[in-house]
Parts: sequence; C-alpha cells; structure tokens
Amino acid sequence: MKTILYIIQKEFKQIFRNKGMLPIIFVLPVLQLIILSNAATFEVKNIKFGYIDNDHTSTSRALVEKFNASDYFNVLTDFPSEAKASAEMLLGNVDVVLDIPQYFERDLQKEKYINLGVTINAIDGAAAGVENVYITQIVKRYNQHLKIDLLQVSDNQIQPVNIETIPLFWYNETLNYKTFMVPGILVLLVTMITLFLSGMNIVREKEIGTLEQINVTPIKKSQFIIGKLFPFWVIGMGLLTIGLLLAKIIFQVPMVGSLALLYLYTSIYILVILGIGLFISNFTDTQQQAMFIAWFFTVIFILMSGLFTPIESMPKWAQIVTEFNPVKYFVEVMRMVMLKGSGFIDILPHLLKTLLYAFVMNGLAVWRYKKTT
Amino acid sequence: MSISVSNISKSYDAVKALQDISFEVKSGELFGLIGPDGAGKTSLFRILTTLLLANEGTATVAGFDVVKDYKKIRNSVGYMPGKFSLYQDLTVEENLTFFATTFGTTIQENYDLIQEIYVQIEPFKNRRAGKLSGGMKQKLALCCALIHKPKVLFLDEPTTGVDPVSRKEFWEMLKRLQQKGITILVSTPYMDEAALCDRIALIQDGKILQIDTPQAIVKHYPKQIYNVSATNTYELTNALKAYEYSHSVYPFGEFVHYTDQRSDFNPTELKAYLESKNLSDLVIEKTKVTIEDTFMELAK
Repeated sequence: MKTILYIIQKEFKQIFRNKGMLPIIFVLPVLQLIILSNAATFEVKNIKFGYIDNDHTSTSRALVEKFNASDYFNVLTDFPSEAKASAEMLLGNVDVVLDIPQYFERDLQKEKYINLGVTINAIDGAAAGVENVYITQIVKRYNQHLKIDLLQVSDNQIQPVNIETIPLFWYNETLNYKTFMVPGILVLLVTMITLFLSGMNIVREKEIGTLEQINVTPIKKSQFIIGKLFPFWVIGMGLLTIGLLLAKIIFQVPMVGSLALLYLYTSIYILVILGIGLFISNFTDTQQQAMFIAWFFTVIFILMSGLFTPIESMPKWAQIVTEFNPVKYFVEVMRMVMLKGSGFIDILPHLLKTLLYAFVMNGLAVWRYKKTT
Repeated sequence: MSISVSNISKSYDAVKALQDISFEVKSGELFGLIGPDGAGKTSLFRILTTLLLANEGTATVAGFDVVKDYKKIRNSVGYMPGKFSLYQDLTVEENLTFFATTFGTTIQENYDLIQEIYVQIEPFKNRRAGKLSGGMKQKLALCCALIHKPKVLFLDEPTTGVDPVSRKEFWEMLKRLQQKGITILVSTPYMDEAALCDRIALIQDGKILQIDTPQAIVKHYPKQIYNVSATNTYELTNALKAYEYSHSVYPFGEFVHYTDQRSDFNPTELKAYLESKNLSDLVIEKTKVTIEDTFMELAK
C-alpha cells in the first residue's frame, strides 16, 4: 500500500512538473468545450437562395417572398434561365435554386396541382437534408395560405382534409442543440484526455528506459499499474467537474438528474478507458505508436457514439458494433441523467455493461502486461 | 557461488546474441565482462537480472534460479543499466527515496552503504536528475542500485561516456563496495578497466573467448610484442602489414603493436626493411602485453 501511494505521489509530481503537458490536460479541453459547443450545431443558416421565375405573377412572387421572409434563406437572384442557375451552382454561388414553372398561377387555380422544381447543392449531404426540410416547410405553409385563398373564390365543394402535426420536444423543449451537444462533448473530452494520457504514460517509461529499472525491483505489477493509472482517474474526474461547471455557467445546460449518479457512472467509465490505454501501451514501444493507436480508436468511438449521427440511422452491423463502444454508453447516460433526470434503475443496464467492460479490459491489459521482455 | 551461468544461449531471430555461455562468479568477487559493442554483454545482464528469458541453459544468482525464483532475485540484486534510467524530472533525493520505497526500505536504513557516494551528490539533492552531469548521474544511479543492500550488483557499462577522472573514481568506489562483501559483475568495452577486476571474461560475438585473472590472461599471450613508431604511422602500418613475416599489426596509441611469426625475430632486420620503405625516425622496442593485445589475438 505504501508503495502504491508513493508511486501515485511520484506520478503526480511528474505530471505537474511537465510544463508542456499541464495546459494540454487542463486548458485545451476547456477551450474545446467552449469552441465545439458553440460551433457544432445542426442548424443551417444563410442559405444562398436563387430562383427562376418563369411565371412572373403575383402568386409566384408571393412564394419567393415567403423565402425572403425566412431567417434561413438569403434570397440572392432571379436567374433568367435554368442554364445560368446551373452555372452559378457549379461555381458555388448559390445553394438552392427554386424553379417556378410557367403558368404557375393559372394551373394552380385550374388544376389545383403544380410541380415546383427544387435543386439543392448536396456536396454537404447533411446541410442539403436540412435545407430540404426548410424548403418543404415553407412551401407547405404557403400552400395552406393559398388553399384558403382559393377556397374563397371557388364554390364550397369538398372540404379538404388537413392534418397538422404539432411536435412537442420533451426534455429539450426548444430543441436547443447546446443542451444535448454540451454533455456529449464533455464525454468526448474526458475520454480523449484520459485515453491519451494513460496510453502514453507507461510507454513513456519504456521509451526513456526507466521501466527497465522498475522491472528489476520487487514492485508487483498490480501495484505499479494502479499507481500509474490512479492519477489519470483523478484527472478524468477533475475534467468532468470542470466540464460540468462550464456547462452550467456558460451554457446553462439543465441538470435535472443526480450529479452523484453521474459521478458514480463516470468513475467506472474512466476505468474502461484506462484499461484500453494500458492495453495500448502493452503493445507499443514508443509514444508515437501509442498516440496513433489511441487516435484510431478515439475516432471510431466518437463517430460511432451517437454524438454526431444517430445510432438508429446506422446500418444493422454498425449498430451491433456500437454495442462495444464505451463512449456510446457514456453519451447516453450523460444525456439521460442531465436532461431527463434518469435514476439509478434507468441507467443500471448501462452501468452493468460498463462495469463488465472495465473488468474485461483491465483484466486483459494486466494479463498482457509483463515485467520481462 | 554468487553467480553461476551454465550453457546459456539466446538468439533474436537469426542473430545469435549468446552462444553456450558458462562461467561462475565467486561471492565477493569483482568480475568483469570485457568485449566490444554488440558482443552480447547486455543480453547476458538482462538474463541474469530476470528481464529476459534465455532460449537455453540455466543460471542462478545469489543461489536463486533466474526463471523459477525471479522474485527473490529482484529483491537481492542491484542493477544499473547501461542507459541512464532514472526519472529525469524527479530530484536526486526523490529518485533515491522512490527506489528505496519500491524495495520496501528507507534511505536511512542502508545509509552507511551509500554514504560515501551519496555525500558527493548530496549538495545537489534538490536538483532534477536530468540536470546532473554525466559523472553525477552515474553516482546517483549507483546509489539507487545499492539502496536496498543487494547481495549482487550488476553494472552494465557503467563508465561509458564518463570522463577519465570520474571513471577512476568510479572504479575506486567499486573496490570499496567489494570490500563490503558485495559481488559485482561489471561489463565494459574499455580494456584498461579490465586490469582492475579480480577475474575477467573476454566475450565476443556471443561467445566467451577466455576467462581468467587479468594477470594470467596477459601471461598466456604467446608472443613478444614490439612497439614500433615512425613519423608516418599510416605508412608504417601498411608497410608492417605487407612484411612477409608479420603476425599481427595493431595501432596502439602513438605506437603500432607488432608481433612476428618467427621465434628468432631480429628487430634490426625489420628496421632495415622499414627503412627501405622510406620510413624515418624508426623506433622498435619490446613492450609488455596488455589485455587489449590478448583480446585482439583471441578475436582474430
């Protein structure tokens, strides 16, 4: 026990003496949280909007006016021809082109049916999808107005059936993206920093040769590993605390659930990450190698965590793979506890899976760790 | 026997680092492993300090088997690797305390053993190890290896990269440690240090060439060596090598060490030959055999 305490003490001394590392551990994550939380939004604004009005009637102008009135669209130009519009889109000067056909007004009144042409620059698929939703909404709203107008002039024939949906966004009423991004990004930071630090730490001792000196001492490998990893566990918990404070102070993220539960889960989660870090350091000889392997896993973990793209939209095999992604569980637990106020029983399945993961990873890592070469 | 090695072999893929090595080191002996870089010295040290497993053969250190009783060995040996491997970002005192703690002891408990060495670095005890000079690092590393009062001390090339004064001091320290009953196995590429050991093993390409006391090894040298010098050493070496009766020619400081194939060698004959090669200021004189000469002869 005394040995472990001494190793921990030594490790902390080394961390705090490494003047290059300290800002990386404490300042960069804070910056990342602030920058990413403000930047990583799914909203698309300032869409460059162009249109080809072949009709030139009050109806067609009213439609364009609807786009003009929206915050999301910047109505730029009225293109004389489709060819001109296509050329501009190729140059990237316009994102969306609305093609209003000739006899738009006449056909609408006579046939009560018309096709509108919409061209969206889909070089960024995600943005194109969002833009499509915006356009559909605007056209739909315009359509309703029009129906009322048309109904007045025509005879009271058959009342059109109109189904309207009014969505309610539970746990995040205003669909504030920061509310669900901040907890997610916090997860990302805790994961990245603890994985990188633990992965590189033992390798560093290998690289500078001190591990050889340690290996001839009677230190037990369990003592050494616990002593080496405990400081990073503390740092991980510290980062969570800093992150939660920032989330509360800067982003006013609601914290509905119990913080104690969040800390309980995180304390187990970090064990998983430390186990992975240790496992990486077993298989590498230099910090550079460890760094690249840690990056490889971090990228997969983050992109498949449901933080940026919903897991539900992934193919079946990918959804199975995400079952082995600890980050996924942490993101879910973080959002559940913070936004929904989930209790211990609700996150129990996550907790148990994470605990199992921690046992497996650390077991493998300790088993693979050898004091001889 | 403090260290006993029998038929140890180790290879890394195709490279045979050690081939059938056997030797014994008596208790309290200062034993030197002498050989050039890449001879297999470090591999042997790593096997004896339980860091590396041999492919074949057995070895015991302080009576414990290096494979079965490796835990006991780790408690009773001190190891100083060739590369400085203490924590550069910890101070002198912190390093020492750290290693004392890992062995479950304290600096005070075995202070008498390291005192003599430690007093020299004590004025700098709050300095980070990375900021010490080469000789000081050496002393600190030795202190750390001694802090748990080991029965056997392994020193892998302890004087490589250390200035001559510090080297001399270092060997004096080893002599005094030996008097305290510690068995010391030391490796070095410097032949002049070999003479300071009780016994030495000359090792090359993973094989032991000879084991004996330095005096005996020198005595076994079969030939008389001559120091030859001239104004142009390079030309001289070439001329000697071209001489039909030459046995061995090695540059040795300002001289060239020369041995002849014939037992009835006459230096005047050689002088005449060298003069015919336009070499001037010739000196040819008998000299004493050194361990380096023996090594070169054996390694031939």
